[in-house]
Amino acid sequence: MRIRIDHDRCRGAGQCALNAPELFDQSDDDGTVVLLDDRPPPELHDSARIAAELCPNAVIRLVEDS
Amino acid sequence: MRVTQPAAAPLPTRRSCPFDPPREYEHLREREPISRLAFPDGKTGWLLTRHEDVRAVLADDRFSSDRLRASLPLRQPTIRPEDVKARAGMLISLDPPEHTRYRRLLTRYFTVRRMRALTPRIEQIVDDHLVAMERSGPPTDLVRAFALPIPSLVICELLGVPYADRGMFQGWMSTLLRIDVTDEDAFAARDALKDYMLDLVTTKRAHPDDALLSRLIAGEGAAQGLPDTALSDQELAGIGRLLLVAGHETTANMLALGTYALLRHPGQLKLLRERPASVDRAIEELLRYLTIVQFGTVRVAREDVEIAGRTVRAGETVVASLSAANRDPERFAHPARLDVARELNQHVAFGHGVHQCLGQQLARTEMRVAFPALFARFPTLRLAVDPERVPMRDDMFLYGVHELPLTWDR
Repeated sequence: MRIRIDHDRCRGAGQCALNAPELFDQSDDDGTVVLLDDRPPPELHDSARIAAELCPNAVIRLVEDS
Repeated sequence: MRVTQPAAAPLPTRRSCPFDPPREYEHLREREPISRLAFPDGKTGWLLTRHEDVRAVLADDRFSSDRLRASLPLRQPTIRPEDVKARAGMLISLDPPEHTRYRRLLTRYFTVRRMRALTPRIEQIVDDHLVAMERSGPPTDLVRAFALPIPSLVICELLGVPYADRGMFQGWMSTLLRIDVTDEDAFAARDALKDYMLDLVTTKRAHPDDALLSRLIAGEGAAQGLPDTALSDQELAGIGRLLLVAGHETTANMLALGTYALLRHPGQLKLLRERPASVDRAIEELLRYLTIVQFGTVRVAREDVEIAGRTVRAGETVVASLSAANRDPERFAHPARLDVARELNQHVAFGHGVHQCLGQQLARTEMRVAFPALFARFPTLRLAVDPERVPMRDDMFLYGVHELPLTWDR
């Protein structure tokens, strides 16, 4: 799985940093998303999916390995 | 076959159970998920009751959040020219790119990490109020002793608003949240709150402190490379008013109504007491189940938009019912059930899209400290009156209880 971020869409609601803190943080500058790991290990795939689902602005896109 | 267009109806507001939204929403969601809505201004618009449609509209930039262009589902006090002028900085009612500018300046103060860092201070505040409750009760009114003062003190400290002034601004804010407020009372409360905040901004310019308003005045964001960090006094006062109101009544009502809901669902409260680690899930479930923004949120179509097989015309207002969406069985199994262990809780209690609640991580942090501490301190906490005598906030834009008389064994 790869995580892609459309940073311009982010308004810093923090759902990703709350639900998948291993993968996402928020910038100290403007609160927007900071991607910590764009190639999450399998045990974090579910967290990544939850973060993508909960993001209010469709910032997070997941590309599943085929 | 000719499909007859059902007549437009006003927004359903009458509850038959204190924890459930009006029954009509359920019927509408099943039969007419996008239905014609009659507004008090004589216009006709739409009501959305499905989770999927509510989320879609709130995330759709073809809809505007400008409340001055919207019809509102309940009668609201007249907007005077001076009220329009005072809207600067009120980002809740602004669209991008204006909204984006303010949101970027503010988000850094409400991140998950910053709110976590506030936890020890919130624990202290919660503990102080629990000690005071123990000294003065039982019985006690949870709203006055706990649910309102805790978020009030927290947001005052965060913004740099003197908590000693709460007697004034809490009164104005509560007047403005009444659905039956008269123009006269609303004007007085609006003007008082506006003047108060403008005075406070002037004071902060002369005597800055370490809190949010002073940091905005100092243009802290500029150091981080944010554009347009200079804010006028009007903008600062608008931001200050919005955050002060939003920081008070929201968490206050969730704490009081949430406590009431848990006391009425002893099995769920027991689960929470036994597994304090489950508090995060319980909070999301209380947010969903109670949805205190009880009359939904409005958007205006900028162009014709298709939703669920209907065409919303440019200029028409859509009311997205957050409480109906949060009870949608397509999204939530057994939606009418309070289930503190519910997983993957994709509720819209904080809204959705670019306007999703700026202070949501603060609200969560306050609740995750306050609920467990309250129930741990008072193992025998219970209602001090019959449930029928708990005054519900049917008459306020934010739902909750006006009072929650509680007692416990000493």
